[in-house]
Amino acid sequence: MIKKVIEASEAVAIGAKLCKPDVIAVYPITPQTHIPEKIANFVYDGKMDCELVDVESEHSALSACQGAQAAGARTFTATASQGLALMHEVLFATSGLRLPVVMAVANRALSAPINIWNDHQDSISARDSGWIQFYVESAQEALDTMIMAFKVAENKDIMLPAMVCLDGFTLTHVYEPAQIPEQKEVDSFLPPYKPLFTLDPKKPLTMGPIGYPNSYMDFKLQQQQAMQKALTVIKQVQQEFLKRFKRTYGNGLIEAYKTKDADIAVVAMGTICSTTKDVVDELRKKGRKVGLIKIKTFRPFPEADILDATKNLKAIAVLDRNISLGQEGAVYSEIKAVLKDCKTRADSYIVGLGGRDVTPNTIKTAIDKTSKSKNPIKEWLMQ
Amino acid sequence: MPEEENKKEIKSNEKLIAGMPEEELIASGHRACAGCGSVLAVRHAIKAAGKNTIVVAATGCMEVVTSPYPQTAWKVPWIHSLFENAAAVASGIATALKKQGSDTNVLVLVGDGGTFDIGLQALSGAVERNHDFCYVCYDNEAYMNTGIQRSGATPQHAATTTSPAGKLIHGKVEWKKNMPFIIAGHSENVYVATANIAFPIDFYKKVKKGIEHKGPAYIQVYTPCVPGWKIPSNITIELAKLAYKSKTTPLYEIENGVLKFTQKPENPIPVDRYLLLQGRFKHLNKIEIAEIQKHIDDTWNKLLRLEETEVRI
Repeated sequence: MIKKVIEASEAVAIGAKLCKPDVIAVYPITPQTHIPEKIANFVYDGKMDCELVDVESEHSALSACQGAQAAGARTFTATASQGLALMHEVLFATSGLRLPVVMAVANRALSAPINIWNDHQDSISARDSGWIQFYVESAQEALDTMIMAFKVAENKDIMLPAMVCLDGFTLTHVYEPAQIPEQKEVDSFLPPYKPLFTLDPKKPLTMGPIGYPNSYMDFKLQQQQAMQKALTVIKQVQQEFLKRFKRTYGNGLIEAYKTKDADIAVVAMGTICSTTKDVVDELRKKGRKVGLIKIKTFRPFPEADILDATKNLKAIAVLDRNISLGQEGAVYSEIKAVLKDCKTRADSYIVGLGGRDVTPNTIKTAIDKTSKSKNPIKEWLMQ
Repeated sequence: MPEEENKKEIKSNEKLIAGMPEEELIASGHRACAGCGSVLAVRHAIKAAGKNTIVVAATGCMEVVTSPYPQTAWKVPWIHSLFENAAAVASGIATALKKQGSDTNVLVLVGDGGTFDIGLQALSGAVERNHDFCYVCYDNEAYMNTGIQRSGATPQHAATTTSPAGKLIHGKVEWKKNMPFIIAGHSENVYVATANIAFPIDFYKKVKKGIEHKGPAYIQVYTPCVPGWKIPSNITIELAKLAYKSKTTPLYEIENGVLKFTQKPENPIPVDRYLLLQGRFKHLNKIEIAEIQKHIDDTWNKLLRLEETEVRI
């Protein structure tokens, strides 16, 4: 194992390389570009035995991955923001075809106004597309989650595509020390892709037929059942990863940080969690009983784990880096639903849209407001 | 068409049809309309490509009528993803096959809407990247699966549900997009051909050539549509022959950028004999017919000049 200081985008590229995909199809978009650039370097230097297809759009990037995956290849792509939005219908077709493509999403705001900086609106807007969604907070977690994502997605009981979401710029362009696993270790953790069904002239089958009302719903039920199973499989894969590589990110679904005796906890996803951990440590030094619940897996949504982690808290401050316009933050909606029969109160804070900084002070403000209030709060923190 | 001439043609076709494989790779129980031209194109195309082929379909008539779950008409592996991404899906398949060292063919079957309009970008990208695939556009000159709306392939003055023969505007205003030339313009390594369902052997040979060609191939096959063109279901082939004889559907190949006719009608007929059999053209006045005739003649002469001069497209 080597320890290196690398950019998180490089960590994703190294993660992809270690998983030995057969085909990668990509289209550039800020802030995702460092990922395909690094992969191109690996391929063009002969360090990665992979067919790299530079397609003419994100729509085609994911479509090409679909085709390759259906023909028996392991595939990877990466995108962000408008690219993910352009892929929208392909997302549904990929999950509906049960093709376990893995995709990195360098989270970025959506136009208009055009904005290249970070928030979670892109992947949150794709939450209903039948993809597993992981949100990571460090270069190391990005690398490790790439490896786990392939293993979860390709599990024969799951067969669903997976997104590894990392904050644009605030993580993609950040250099951090990371441990790079040995190839042979990854090989034994993640064996070569052996699909149950492929487009094989020796065993012809029809993929992507028209599903009339008498069958369509059955397909959707199977996808939902696979999503539910993924809650267990993700935990198992994280356990197995821990044994082999000695690293874990909570239980793979959520990470509860100093919540055992806490009164108040922040709930968040992505890099906000790193900042929040510092804030929690600082406030705890002053005797405040605060903690963090990081949601690592947003789809499938770990309802039971969150309920278990939050039921004894007084209140929760949910920090949403997205907004479902006309309603509220998407994470808050989920938390509110989980807590419907509990005394724990959930407050909603919209933060950090379009790259606005989420500083320790932003987080402290949310914690203070939630600590002091007796009534539910719904606020946009504009500082 | 004179009885004798017709018989002669039928006889020659029978002989030639016997030269194609007897085994059908698309089952006869599919749900296409009686007299459907497109399903004939699909049938001959897959025969030409053979069993060692993966078919990629776009959303459209041929996808709907051949794949009603849990039934399928396909005896070869077949995949359908979306409307505009068939060429991109094919890119992925061709790439995976290359990585695997496989010799399996990739045959893409898409209608004119999915080719001329919404799928043009994906097709352009796939041709530019020089993937090894054979793309067959079955061209029935409108969005038939959604109920006969105008496409970039709809010819001028044709009535569709979104370009009706109104009192003010008389059918589609614009000319048909010249897709074969658009594809040929990408690179000299693309094999381009036009075909007509009335000439199955010619079409069969072109698809075979496209499959054998290393790199991208684009074959546009003219396929009458019974409900879309408002014709009786028993004149599909006869009408397709009239299209050929009236020079409406020139049959050519473009190889290494050079155009060559594969056959030409000996005694071309005026276009009204072709047009007026179809409900979609029944509103035409003499001026409009003359306009169409002029456009056909101009296009024909341009193609002849290109053939003569061997100027690279």
